[in-house]
Amino acid sequence: MKLTQTLLAGSALALLGSAAAAQDMANEMTIVSWGGAYQNSQLKAYVEPYMAANPGVTVTWDESSSQAVAKMRAQEEAGNITWDLVDVEAADAIRTCDEGLAMEVDWDDALAPAPDGTSPEDDFGDMLVSDCFVPQIVFSTTFGYRTDMVPEGVEPPTGACDVFDLETYPGKRALNKQPVANMEWALLCDGVAYEDVYDVLETDEGVEQAFAKLDSIKDQTIWWSASAEPPQLLADGEIFMGSAYNGRLFSAIVEQDQPIGMAWDWQMFDIDGWVIPEGLPEDRLARVMDFLFFATDTQRLADQAKYISYGPARASSAPLVSTHADLGIEMAPHMPTDPNNAENTFVNNYNWWADHRDDLDAKFQAWLAQ
Amino acid sequence: MSHTTDTAGAGAGPMLAADGTPLKRSLNRALRRQKLRALMLIAPLLLFVLLTFIAPIADMLFRSVENQIVSDTLPETVETLSDWDHTTQAPPSETVYEALYFDMFVAAEAKEHTRLGGRLNYEMSGLSSLIRSSGRSLDDLGDDYLDALEAIDPAWGEGAFWFELMSGEGEAAEEVITARRRAVAQMTGDRLGGDTGFAPSAEIAALLPRTTRAYSDFAVFTALVDGDVVAEEDPWESVYVGLALDLQQADVSGYAGPGGDALRAAQADLDSLPLMPLSQFFDEEVDADWNDPEVWAVIQTYSPRYTTGYFLNAVDLQLTPDGVATRPERESIYIMLFKRTLFMSLTITLSCILLGYPVAWLLANLPSSKANLLMILVLLPFWTSLLVRTSAWKVMLQQQGVINDVLVWLGLVADNDRLVMINNQFGTIVAMTHILLPFMILPLYSVMQGIPPSYLRAAKSLGATNWTAFWRVYFPQSVPGIGAGSILVFILAIGYYITPEIVGGTTGTFISNRIAYHISSSLNWGLAAALGAILLAVVLLLYWAYDRIVGIDNVKLG
Repeated sequence: MKLTQTLLAGSALALLGSAAAAQDMANEMTIVSWGGAYQNSQLKAYVEPYMAANPGVTVTWDESSSQAVAKMRAQEEAGNITWDLVDVEAADAIRTCDEGLAMEVDWDDALAPAPDGTSPEDDFGDMLVSDCFVPQIVFSTTFGYRTDMVPEGVEPPTGACDVFDLETYPGKRALNKQPVANMEWALLCDGVAYEDVYDVLETDEGVEQAFAKLDSIKDQTIWWSASAEPPQLLADGEIFMGSAYNGRLFSAIVEQDQPIGMAWDWQMFDIDGWVIPEGLPEDRLARVMDFLFFATDTQRLADQAKYISYGPARASSAPLVSTHADLGIEMAPHMPTDPNNAENTFVNNYNWWADHRDDLDAKFQAWLAQ
Repeated sequence: MSHTTDTAGAGAGPMLAADGTPLKRSLNRALRRQKLRALMLIAPLLLFVLLTFIAPIADMLFRSVENQIVSDTLPETVETLSDWDHTTQAPPSETVYEALYFDMFVAAEAKEHTRLGGRLNYEMSGLSSLIRSSGRSLDDLGDDYLDALEAIDPAWGEGAFWFELMSGEGEAAEEVITARRRAVAQMTGDRLGGDTGFAPSAEIAALLPRTTRAYSDFAVFTALVDGDVVAEEDPWESVYVGLALDLQQADVSGYAGPGGDALRAAQADLDSLPLMPLSQFFDEEVDADWNDPEVWAVIQTYSPRYTTGYFLNAVDLQLTPDGVATRPERESIYIMLFKRTLFMSLTITLSCILLGYPVAWLLANLPSSKANLLMILVLLPFWTSLLVRTSAWKVMLQQQGVINDVLVWLGLVADNDRLVMINNQFGTIVAMTHILLPFMILPLYSVMQGIPPSYLRAAKSLGATNWTAFWRVYFPQSVPGIGAGSILVFILAIGYYITPEIVGGTTGTFISNRIAYHISSSLNWGLAAALGAILLAVVLLLYWAYDRIVGIDNVKLG
């Protein structure tokens, strides 16, 4: 109740305009993100415009998103919240929300409606996977392959299942060193229907089946843990095909001109967005809510796609996606959400993974070590 | 002082200092003062180390046994569940479900139930979502009851009426509200000071115990957490559920306090409420898993405030209701990882000795101009970022890398059969040996510098061969350097995690990689602390063994 009040107050202030509300808002904000090209897209698309509109506000970046959950817990235990806004993946948003580390957000109160008046809750739709989560972008884990290493007379690979086909596409593979996505692909490519994947995976036989499928390529696979690895492995010619985040592949292909092709089929969608740490003082919270209202509106999310090939999380932003800011190429065909790329997509079941991750991770690590 | 020496010469009685106290005591006092002064000099450093190093480590390691969260979040459930016998394979009694309902309701209001779910999910997959979704369904029953109650008397929907009813008349049962405040404070970890502005009357507390409990929880929360006025807020749904339960048993016919008539009317018309036992509610309306004795067995097993569960997990065992059991082979990784960590750290230490010894010898014996240049070469990688050095090894060792290219060019290796030298144990050992080499060379060098070259010359002039002179004269004198270097390298190696993570692939990772995973990804800090504690114990044990075998006095860092 207190929470909603502060939220209401925060968004009301935001609506009143920054001039009137300035004295009630902190002028410093610490934003946590992933660094690199992604953070740059946030800087260009909404932080710089926000700072231009609100002179006097300073933003400090902390590139700690990969350890965000642990650090938020440490801050909460120490009773000293130094972060104001944290960029996390959906799974981490669920975890921080469950742990009481992130604050619940009333989307319809705190966020801007779409230009046509659609409420934020409807505009974001299925992307709102946790009560604490304000989504920004949809990215996908998909496959890239070396175009010059495709055997002659063979069609290039089109999707995730080709990674298991060592006969047609010999060569090393790279997969993420964790069960999420790999287990689903293994079952899907072993003939399990899309709707049944998680039901099957919940049984011991299903887990065995997934491991059996992965066993067929285990000795040909390099397991990566940092997202910069697979594009590098592809660029070095170390692997023929590997899973990677689509934005990383995009920059390897378009910005660095590497001979890499995309195999989109059964790409795994994931969402990235903001959470607000629980327990911020009122003036800082007011500033964050003001920024959040601005930074997640339809135009801002569409602007972000100028700098990186991740799809905006709002339905209303999609038609506004234009061209790359530096290269001038159309961004739409590079978006994971583009109809040509999204024929078969897999939506990560966060809640299922929240329950089964520890269990499957132990099994997966034991399997890897065998 | 000269005076005391004189009296000592006389040899009569204890020696006395100038002021007449015995010399021994006077000396002791002076020494103690000196020691105290020395201690005060290092006190800032000592305090600093204690506060910033020892205390956080101790605090972190303590988490490996902590388990208060279960009994803090579900205090009454844990208490009532203690009598339940899991071997009967039957779900617990209605009392336990009642306790669960009221405990869970407060936990859900405080948003602590999800945390509990996360904790219990470590022990049984699925409990996280079971508890999270249960937290959402608890309101339903109370809402249904409220609708029926309002049909009997609209006053039941008014916060003010409730406040008057519960406050009652006569003596107040302050102890109830104090107990509830303590329970809520324990759960949320806040102090919750201040006045709730509410206390149930003793009569009401005796007549309607469950309602009183639920209303007190609501009052504590409304006043102290949300900062609202209790009388102005509508009570929680759990209060209506409490009332329905109480009215099934209590005799309100003689109650004369405020709201007595409404109570009697509600009791008379109680059948209009969609009454159902809470066990049935949990089973049918919330989630059928609450009927599963295994769920209850896990809660019971993990209800003590301290647990060995994390330590057992860390050695591939698990705590079950029937005692300690081994983990299925499919999930056993930690013993294997500990063994691998020890084995690889030893291999790295040995390779560092083999590679570092000749370099240190050269450093100590070359003329200083050349030795200085060599020293810079040793230190140069030391000043380079760890990540850069590790990544450089990737470029060197990978299949399309420098070494493989050279081998293919020389014709030693076929182009389609390049060596796999990275993403395995070999890669980790090579990269870590390189990174840790300076820690071996520097102590060796400083010890070797202290060995006079004349000893070797003397040995040779007495007829020893080069080998005998080295092995019998030089080498034994350099052993303290080897000892110091080995301890440094081994202890650093055993806790390394960046390098194995980058070049180790699946077979070359260490236990520290799992610790990092549990700290930053799975948030299972208890297990991470247990793994860390075991690792620390192993290092201390090895250190002790080393002291017994080689002697720690033989270690020289310079």
